[in-house]
Amino acid sequence: MIKAEYFWSEGFFPVLSLVGSIFLIIIPLILAVAYLTYVERKVIAAMQLRVGPNVVGWFGLLQPFADGLKLLHKETIIPTRSNPLAFLIAPVLTFGLSLSAWAVIPFGPEGAISNINVGILYLFAISSLGVYGIIIAGWASNSKYALLGALRSAAQMISYEVSIGLVIIAVLLSVGSLNLSQIVEAQKNIWFIIPHLPMAVIFMISALAETNRAPFDLPEAEAELVSGYNVEYSSMSFALFFLGEYANMILMSAMGSLLFLGGWLPPFHMAPFTWVPGIVWFALKISLFLFVFLWVRATFPRYRYDQLMRLGWKVFLPFSFAWVVLTASFLLTFNILPG
Amino acid sequence: MINASAVLFYIFSGVLLSAAMMVVTVRNTVYGVLFLILAFFNAAGLFILVHAEFLALMLVVVYVGAVAVLFLFVVMMLNVELSHFRETVKSYSLIGSFVGGILAVELILVMVTWNTSTEAFNLTSAPSAFYGNVSNTKALGYLLYTHYALIFQGAGLILLIAMMGAIVLTLRHREGVKKQNVASQLARRAKESVELVDIPSGSGI
Repeated sequence: MIKAEYFWSEGFFPVLSLVGSIFLIIIPLILAVAYLTYVERKVIAAMQLRVGPNVVGWFGLLQPFADGLKLLHKETIIPTRSNPLAFLIAPVLTFGLSLSAWAVIPFGPEGAISNINVGILYLFAISSLGVYGIIIAGWASNSKYALLGALRSAAQMISYEVSIGLVIIAVLLSVGSLNLSQIVEAQKNIWFIIPHLPMAVIFMISALAETNRAPFDLPEAEAELVSGYNVEYSSMSFALFFLGEYANMILMSAMGSLLFLGGWLPPFHMAPFTWVPGIVWFALKISLFLFVFLWVRATFPRYRYDQLMRLGWKVFLPFSFAWVVLTASFLLTFNILPG
Repeated sequence: MINASAVLFYIFSGVLLSAAMMVVTVRNTVYGVLFLILAFFNAAGLFILVHAEFLALMLVVVYVGAVAVLFLFVVMMLNVELSHFRETVKSYSLIGSFVGGILAVELILVMVTWNTSTEAFNLTSAPSAFYGNVSNTKALGYLLYTHYALIFQGAGLILLIAMMGAIVLTLRHREGVKKQNVASQLARRAKESVELVDIPSGSGI
């Protein structure tokens, strides 16, 4: 028989606070996703000398909610010859994975829900699982365009995962730990973007490919595949794909700022910078990465598929291999290998 | 008294075994691969229960994140005909059950005679007592690059040979395929590729 006090102190309150902290992350994240779509439209409009959304609410600020409501009251269509179970699991999987990765992201010195030893590996694993939502959606839709989009996406994400893995190894060599908080703490003196600048560039480009964003948005190339893997989806099942894709963009930006821009650390350890709380710096760095995502989309035309593969396997892979060896030899020669 | 990790162990291993069973019995090959992925996940869960978090995540990254994706890729592209599959099952059932029976007997013999060391339980949380109190990622690194360095490099060499074999088997040099050569494209200059010709009217070039 479990005592009542034991139940409250050991069972109920820890679970309640855990659920609370999960909601504290998920709700701002979904709001951020909603406003990322708004910012995307505004930024691209500004770059193309247009106005962008400006009708719903002040400066069009209520536009994301209007879009969400519109999607919500559409009919969910399940194609007759599709595989209904897999068809409905795919968007849930995409969205769920994009949320579950946030469990290990540290927002401050003690700011992660779960500060695990192998945090960066966990992030890498979750981001490599994202391909399943897309590939299952493409197969379950029983449609040519969806299947072609899914196959493109699978090959593309596996190719660029390799270079992201090598980028992570180069950073880990200079940290000596797989723990995300320790990766950030190691950048107290100098952000890794300075010694590892080429790796930061490769990470950014691979992140574009990993999230299927322009100029690597071949899985959903409108001109040839209509909309790729999500062509048969409507209403909330489409909305889940959409949310998942944008949440993945935010996740990759968070990963980039943890690895290269020093996470929650201020740029200088001086009075006016240290007054600002760490989470604000972290949000600013994520926004910087996200802006690059949008900037690239407004600037570059789409890659051809063979060019995409060439870039991944013949340019990034040898280069990042060489950089890993260079980093390791440098650290060993000057006897500053950490850990 | 049953503790939480024992309950989790039975859940993970139960799901793992039933998912592995489904992989070979389910008709739809795509479902088969999806059950295989479920089995990988539960194996990762078992690794986490013995505090081997590095192995658990490596299992997810390598097998679920890459190998199973390629399986799924292949299975989705192939159209496996179920009627043909049933015929082959019938024709191989006799020899199949014979080999399976031998394997089952061997497994049962091993299980009955298996002795578990009393120290085995203490080894689960510290993978190598020799390295003392370091995280298991570090302990694994120390072991692989010192005691087992040669074996580790040998395994790498075997994988390299397998990779080269796969490339040699699939590499085809086809005639008449136009390939993009970025270097030659960049090396082109306007002088060598464009010529301005003054054509007198009434005649061609």
